[in-house]
Amino acid sequence: MITYMFRKASRGFSPGLRRFSDLKVTEHVPESPASPRLTEQASLYVHWPYCLRRCTYCNFNKYIPKENNEDIMAKCLQRETETLLQLSQVSCITSVFFGGGTPSLAHPSTIAKILETVSKQVNLSDEAEVTLEVNPTPVGMSKLKDYHHVGVNRFSIGVQSLQDKDLKSLGRDHNSLDALQTLAEARKLCPGGVSVDIMFGRPNQTTELWSRELSEMLRVCDDHVSLYQLTLERGTQLFKQVQSGQVTMPTEEIIAEMYQCARTTLQQHGFQQYEVSNFAKNNSESRHNLSYWTGRQYIGVGPGAHGRFVPLGEGGVAREARTQTLEPDVWIREVRQRGHGTRRRIQLGHLELLEEVLVMGMRMTTGINHKHWEMFSPELSLLEIFGGSLVVQELLQSGQLILDDRGLRCSWEGLALLDSMLPVLLVELDRSFSQKLAAN
Amino acid sequence: MSKFPVDKIRNFCIIAHIDHGKSTLADRLLEMTGAIAKTEKNKQVLDKLQVERERGITVKAQTASLFYSHDGQEYLLNLIDTPGHVDFSYEVSRSLSACQGVLLIIDANQGIQAQTVANFYLAFEAQLAIIPVINKIDLKNADPERVESQIEKVFDIPCEECIRVRDGGNMLTVSPCVSPRAPGGSVDDPFKALVFDSNFDHYRGVVANIAVIGGRVKKGDKIVSAHLSKTYEVNELGLLRPEEHATQKLFAGQVGYIIAGMKDVKEAQIGDTLYRHDHPVQALPGFKPAKAMVFAGMYPMDQSEYPALRSAIERLTLNDSSVTVQRDSSLALGAGWRLGFLGLLHMEVFNQRLEQEYNASVIVTSPTVPYKAILSSPKLIKSRRGVQRSMVYIDEQRVMLKYLFPLNEIVVDFYDLLKSMSSGYASFDYENTDYQAADLIRMDILLNGRPVEELTTIVHRERAYSMGKAMCERLKESIPRQMFEIAIQAAIGSKVIARETVKAFRKNVLAKCYGGDITRKMKLLKRQAEGKKKMRRVGNVDVPKDAFISVLKRKEK
Repeated sequence: MITYMFRKASRGFSPGLRRFSDLKVTEHVPESPASPRLTEQASLYVHWPYCLRRCTYCNFNKYIPKENNEDIMAKCLQRETETLLQLSQVSCITSVFFGGGTPSLAHPSTIAKILETVSKQVNLSDEAEVTLEVNPTPVGMSKLKDYHHVGVNRFSIGVQSLQDKDLKSLGRDHNSLDALQTLAEARKLCPGGVSVDIMFGRPNQTTELWSRELSEMLRVCDDHVSLYQLTLERGTQLFKQVQSGQVTMPTEEIIAEMYQCARTTLQQHGFQQYEVSNFAKNNSESRHNLSYWTGRQYIGVGPGAHGRFVPLGEGGVAREARTQTLEPDVWIREVRQRGHGTRRRIQLGHLELLEEVLVMGMRMTTGINHKHWEMFSPELSLLEIFGGSLVVQELLQSGQLILDDRGLRCSWEGLALLDSMLPVLLVELDRSFSQKLAAN
Repeated sequence: MSKFPVDKIRNFCIIAHIDHGKSTLADRLLEMTGAIAKTEKNKQVLDKLQVERERGITVKAQTASLFYSHDGQEYLLNLIDTPGHVDFSYEVSRSLSACQGVLLIIDANQGIQAQTVANFYLAFEAQLAIIPVINKIDLKNADPERVESQIEKVFDIPCEECIRVRDGGNMLTVSPCVSPRAPGGSVDDPFKALVFDSNFDHYRGVVANIAVIGGRVKKGDKIVSAHLSKTYEVNELGLLRPEEHATQKLFAGQVGYIIAGMKDVKEAQIGDTLYRHDHPVQALPGFKPAKAMVFAGMYPMDQSEYPALRSAIERLTLNDSSVTVQRDSSLALGAGWRLGFLGLLHMEVFNQRLEQEYNASVIVTSPTVPYKAILSSPKLIKSRRGVQRSMVYIDEQRVMLKYLFPLNEIVVDFYDLLKSMSSGYASFDYENTDYQAADLIRMDILLNGRPVEELTTIVHRERAYSMGKAMCERLKESIPRQMFEIAIQAAIGSKVIARETVKAFRKNVLAKCYGGDITRKMKLLKRQAEGKKKMRRVGNVDVPKDAFISVLKRKEK
């Protein structure tokens, strides 16, 4: 078992984290058809719930911090990590992701303590990806070095936009200069290990403006870009503003155009789209997120975090969908009382698991390959499920979907319309599954 | 009960135009004769049905027997409350057949109205004694003298025979009801009774309301239904006061209820004659079946609910034999019925009772008026392409296309418009006339060029455009977007007369989907998958059932 002290030292020798070029995108962890492989490992998600402000579009689980909560929160996160690791009985954590809220509000020592907790209990490899979401304010920027020092080897920077006016109206607490500076600092610390988040479909945005902004971004960003369409969520300030007519969103047509334009531009700049919203060059794909899309186990720690794993520690045999209590105060209480604040646990039946594998897998440009599917569904192949369906045939013929000897995936055009195709695919999966069940 | 010889019995109805105060007077009568306690709460006591109380109208005629002392004599008065709406004249006519006299209520302000006249003639034809009661004389604008002279002129009844009454009927003296004729018949005649109404009780079976025309009947007697020639044993019988009041016997002239082990709703036919099994009698003349004026299709929400809806309709139509029932089926909605009603209110009340009393949820499709259609000979069809004459209901080999002009226009909102245009003064009555030929055409609905059979309709040429446009609009709203454009068209033959478009999706994929709550997304996708399973595919277009329903159902007022 490698302690975090040792890891820290080794960090010094290998500046930044370089992916091995011979590793393929979907196979960062060697495959084997045996299912214990799935339960031996997991990725870890840690939620830091606090923000200084709430952005107008945000409906995530986030709160304004109280005085002196840092210590208690840190302790509880450690405790819950311990408990859930024990419950999952995994021997290895393949990646760690600190999300939120604003994780870059947490003290670097908190990050260190959590990583230490993990290393003490399970194998946390040197090569494990450890990501921290960063809000690019001057304060955030000043802490990057320390974060890197304690083990973070990937920064995901929430740039969102390079237009100061837009940043203001979105309720962000930084300007574009801050963002550019933070970006530069992060690249210095983790070359090849920095991702930027950008948002399109913002109020008053035009395709022209978007195109220009994107080009500007591409001049300064690192090897990974996450492109998100701004979605209106009920209960957010932005939603109210749109409803009252204060703010107008671009039309659906324009948004579709922006998306396609971005995909093309990024491709021209050497980025490969590997998921609906994610683009990478030089093999900088997010291994943590890939593990979600490839149906691996993940453990969610912190208020409102979600997890998907088999609680072997209690004798469980089925994968569970788990949610931790939303409210930090209540969560803290529960963790103190019984070691974790799990609010909901629902067992996933075999079909449900397959449905998730399908829905998540199709988001990747490589889709689901046959071997991967076989790991979850040894009795029903992709061809058996989808080969015979008329509706699927239509999709194959119209060029939106591809089903060949590699597997099932969307075409370039099809990916933009994935959610129109998924219900159809789910119907076929359900049908084949029920038939198989009845036949046995 | 034997202390009420036939000559001390009076059966009478209260009839009136709508809202002239029948039900209130009925309440007062019940209070005065002690049948119910005098309280504030006795508002429309006889209106037992929930729908009646809610709407403030009487739908089903109810019956009550009252004891009354007059001049030292005790009388048994049988009161039958009746609906006033134009739709329910049939209920009125059935009630009248069990009576010998009527109280004709007329509002002192409004005077004689359409239903006053209609009901008068019903009673007159039935040769009943008629006593006009001028009601609400204490209200503003009341003019009893004017009304009395109206009555004299129109009905030829002298003013002296009119009774004046305040709103709420506090001054109503019952004695005039006593003077008209007693029912004919004698207790020594063989037993003979008329079934004029019935209910289905879940625990006791069919409860039939009867008027004993002659003889007597008691518990344990074996009686026969003339219509079905089936024998039953009397389990229970009694008076209605207005609640059931069991007795040992019923005698000639009395009106009451009888339970005789009839399990099926069809065993107590309205208009049937009952007699003792060892004393068969001449059956009473049957009733004319009511003629349905307004039709609607009724379908269960889901085919699995078909049996439940069928039995609900059966039970409800037992108590309302003026509803005609025919099985029907729709390509879009499955198996159902075409029901005929006396009018729109009749249909609405029926629906409401279906939902309230039987918990049935029903899809009601637009009313259609009866058509007769002719199929021209095959040769003619070939030589005449373009405007096709189609049939809606085929009866024989040769189907004739006809048209009922005013009725088609009337069934939707004619009555309402008339009322509003004439500030309520005008009243309205209708009758079925003959069939007339008319210019009807078939209109198709197309999705991306393919016709949707279930939505083909017959319309009058002049209405085709507005109807087609409306259908296309409703479809556009209820067909979800797909990955390609959907063209919705209304066409007559090859000519497109209306069009709407459902735009294609250009982007439809969730931006962020990982680690966080994929549960929500999964739920949404699975719901859409379930929905897809139930959709009907027309070419490559998926059409949800709701789309059919929204096009076919009645427009809300």
